[in-house]
Amino acid sequence: MAFSIEFVSPEDVLYSGEGTQVIARTRGGGEIAFLAGHEPFIGSLEPSEVRVTEESGDVMSFAVRSGFVSVTGQSVTVLSDQAMPSSEIDGEAARADLAAAQEALRANEHDAFALEDQRWAQLLVDLSSGQSA
Amino acid sequence: MPGGTERILRRRIGSVKNTKKITRAMELIAATRVARAQQRARAARPYAEQLTGVIEDLAAGGADVSHPLLREAENVSRVAFVVCAGDRGLAGAYNSAVIRSAEREIQALRADGGDYRIVSVGKKVADYFNFRGFDIDTRYDGFTDNPTYENAREIARRVRELFDAGEVDQVELIYTEFVSLGTQRPVVRRFLPLTSAKTIADEGGGDAEALAGFSFEPSPEGVLEDLLPRYVEARLFAALLDAAASEHANRQRAMKAATENAEELIIKLSREMNRARQESITTEIMEIVSGAESLNDEASAEVINSFAEALDA
Repeated sequence: MAFSIEFVSPEDVLYSGEGTQVIARTRGGGEIAFLAGHEPFIGSLEPSEVRVTEESGDVMSFAVRSGFVSVTGQSVTVLSDQAMPSSEIDGEAARADLAAAQEALRANEHDAFALEDQRWAQLLVDLSSGQSA
Repeated sequence: MPGGTERILRRRIGSVKNTKKITRAMELIAATRVARAQQRARAARPYAEQLTGVIEDLAAGGADVSHPLLREAENVSRVAFVVCAGDRGLAGAYNSAVIRSAEREIQALRADGGDYRIVSVGKKVADYFNFRGFDIDTRYDGFTDNPTYENAREIARRVRELFDAGEVDQVELIYTEFVSLGTQRPVVRRFLPLTSAKTIADEGGGDAEALAGFSFEPSPEGVLEDLLPRYVEARLFAALLDAAASEHANRQRAMKAATENAEELIIKLSREMNRARQESITTEIMEIVSGAESLNDEASAEVINSFAEALDA
């Protein structure tokens, strides 16, 4: 059964339409698949891949740095301050960012921002090289 | 030398015409940029609304935690000011209006014995406060006419650092609110600490149906903890977009006025130039006539006649 899916970021709307399934990974809760009729739910997302199954059965993959998923009776909304379709990831740039973040962590291993940058860059590298994160 | 004035005026008219072309071009560019900035502000709205919506749901679910970003100081003596204006001038009173209200706030704080920090956004802001001998904590520039979310995140990160570390008790955001194409006004808004989640929810703007019975992952408090920093960034981003749209609108107006002034000046100078030319012709004729009269013979009369014919032709 299809339900409406909105995937929004501050700069634009990444996806808006009908779909049959959304898979996301929440902080502390692991991967959750949302199907039609899921109970009302709000979760905080980890840097991870979010997969949206369209009505046609096609699966769209997005890399999400952080964000939230909000489920109400008839719709699933994914909010992310930084996200992009996995097909648009620049692998080269991601590897450079990863190296920079690791460098920053060597200087100060408790740098929370660098830690976040590192996880995000790692995710992009993984997704661009084809393996699911 | 009578011909000299005319030449000088002709040159001035030429340069005013060039100025007019430039101001007219800047006016047109600013006009398209206002439209684009407004479009981006519209694109940012769904995210901000959904974010507020989630906060509403959380508040409805009863979550209200003691988050560092909600921490109210008992007495506020150290305040950070995030001052957002432009990188470039030629935008009428846009920059000076923001800077003036920022300076007023800072002076008022100092008069009460408080301590200020300045986070400047836009080259003009940093230049002004530097010149006036104020300390600038952090400066950001180079993006005010087209800010990205990444810019907002960077600034928000620094502001949160200041606030979380307890270096300041409060953060004020000073920027220009874009009310409509015709109206923009500088505003001073409290940025941090955030009002409680309950208040954010009550102020609304979100489109969530506030129904209780949500389940939360990891927990209502955990979600709120992740949510508030994003809310801070989204608010800052909205302010930057408002400021950008205002900057372009102000520049458009300023350049329109400059173009109109140039047109008026061209008309005025052309009149002056024509008068100068007429005067020099009259003087020349008078010289010839008086020269001929002083000779007072047939030959000079002939010269006058032939000159008159030449003028008629």
